[in-house]
Amino acid sequence: MTKVAPPVGIRARVSGVKRPSAWRQFAHDVTPVLAAGAIFVLGWAAIVRLGDYPPYILPGPLPVAERFVSGWTSGIIGPHFWTTLAEVLLGLAVGGTAALLTGVLLARSRLAARMLSPYIVAAQATPILALAPLIALWFGTGLSSRVLICALICFFPIAVGTMVGIRSVDPKLIELGRSFRASRRQRLTRIEVPSALPQILGSFRIGVTLAVVGAIVAEWAGGDTGLGVLINLARGSMFDIPLMFATLLTIAVMGVTLYLIVVAIERRLVRTPR
Amino acid sequence: MDAIELHRIGRSFEDVELRVAEREIVAIVGPNGCGKSTLLRVISGLLAPDHGQVLAFDSTVAGPEPRIGLVFQEPRLLPWRSVLDNVAFPLELAGVGRSDRVARAREVIRLTGLEGFDEAFPDQLSGGMAQRASLARALAPEPDVLLLDEPFSALDAMTRERLDDELLRLWGQTGTTIVLVSHSISEAVFLSDRVLVMTQRPGRIIAEVPVMASRPRSLSGSRASAFSQAADRVRALLTSPDPAGAVA
Repeated sequence: MTKVAPPVGIRARVSGVKRPSAWRQFAHDVTPVLAAGAIFVLGWAAIVRLGDYPPYILPGPLPVAERFVSGWTSGIIGPHFWTTLAEVLLGLAVGGTAALLTGVLLARSRLAARMLSPYIVAAQATPILALAPLIALWFGTGLSSRVLICALICFFPIAVGTMVGIRSVDPKLIELGRSFRASRRQRLTRIEVPSALPQILGSFRIGVTLAVVGAIVAEWAGGDTGLGVLINLARGSMFDIPLMFATLLTIAVMGVTLYLIVVAIERRLVRTPR
Repeated sequence: MDAIELHRIGRSFEDVELRVAEREIVAIVGPNGCGKSTLLRVISGLLAPDHGQVLAFDSTVAGPEPRIGLVFQEPRLLPWRSVLDNVAFPLELAGVGRSDRVARAREVIRLTGLEGFDEAFPDQLSGGMAQRASLARALAPEPDVLLLDEPFSALDAMTRERLDDELLRLWGQTGTTIVLVSHSISEAVFLSDRVLVMTQRPGRIIAEVPVMASRPRSLSGSRASAFSQAADRVRALLTSPDPAGAVA
């Protein structure tokens, strides 16, 4: 019997010995992000200084940062934040699940694709901004109508991503599964979904950011908590423009964090060759 | 009782009659497009014949079955699974429990010379290693018949000869019946007891060339003349595919 010793390179890659240290990798990834952020903040400060804008038109980065901290410590932003986060996560769960199922259906059945695709696209092309008040009218301004709007807005990219991902599975792998008598369910769970996972998770990256937009839009349609409501309050009755910017910053941080969580899940589930 | 019996099966090829005895190795050679890969898929149950009947050990083959294993031309490993999980894949589909299928997978991994690569991923394997893994996967469910569709054709000549050698060793250890398709005459002759020659348009088997070389075989040594004789006959049949004229 011939035995072949694994080449050193493979051993190293399998056990992860050759990889750069986690900290160095992190520094390598994060430094450009911080640099770009610094340029943005400096530019912002320069515009405010040069234009001599009053804080109620365009507050500088420092007042916004101060208001961000005080908004959180005084408990103004917190409750609104949690409301919005709950809407986004529930909307993503509902919309994502429906989109995954629809994506699989569209990939599997040409008939379903022909019947549904035009209407799904038409629904996507209808501005959610126009639908939100209507949905609020039908379902009230509570959690359920907000979750519905989040779900609707993140549905499309995830459904399309899933459909495209599953359609582009290598037919040779499908034949392989058939040669081992894979059931329809096994074909889906062991071959198609793992194979389409990069596309599916890519569509979740888009979906998660859209879900945040959906939550804010839904909150503008009515109700009394949520970051979208807080924006309206800060701009209107409170007339606290730095707070409005601090809220926008909070929304942005939420979007980026959720996006990064999806990326982290992707890194865990999808093996990228180094 | 034969391992494989084909009764007047037709599809993209004309009626084919074939009997393969247990533990026999039969090679099918022919030009591209003569339907040899299709014929193999019909035997495997992946494709249904237009007419005729495929029997394995006296029972009809109506679809893919565990007693018939198929090795494709390309490794077709699932890129997101390690070698171990790829080899265990057919067992997983068949509902074999985790510890049993891992034990069995490790066994065939050892048998195919892939020890130490259990945790490697397909993109870390050379072509030869990947095809070994593919062979290991086909062997994992312990098939009685192994069908090989130009299994080593994408590999360089040296790797290919080595894997041909290993295939015979595996055959000696497992006792499976082997039907293989090849477009290499020397490979077909080296591996098989009989070479079936197929021609194009219409795709049909025009002749059968026995290889009179005893086993165990190796490429070098005393059996070389038996190989070259058989190879010459096959070559003659392929270049002048008139069976009456070519059979000298």
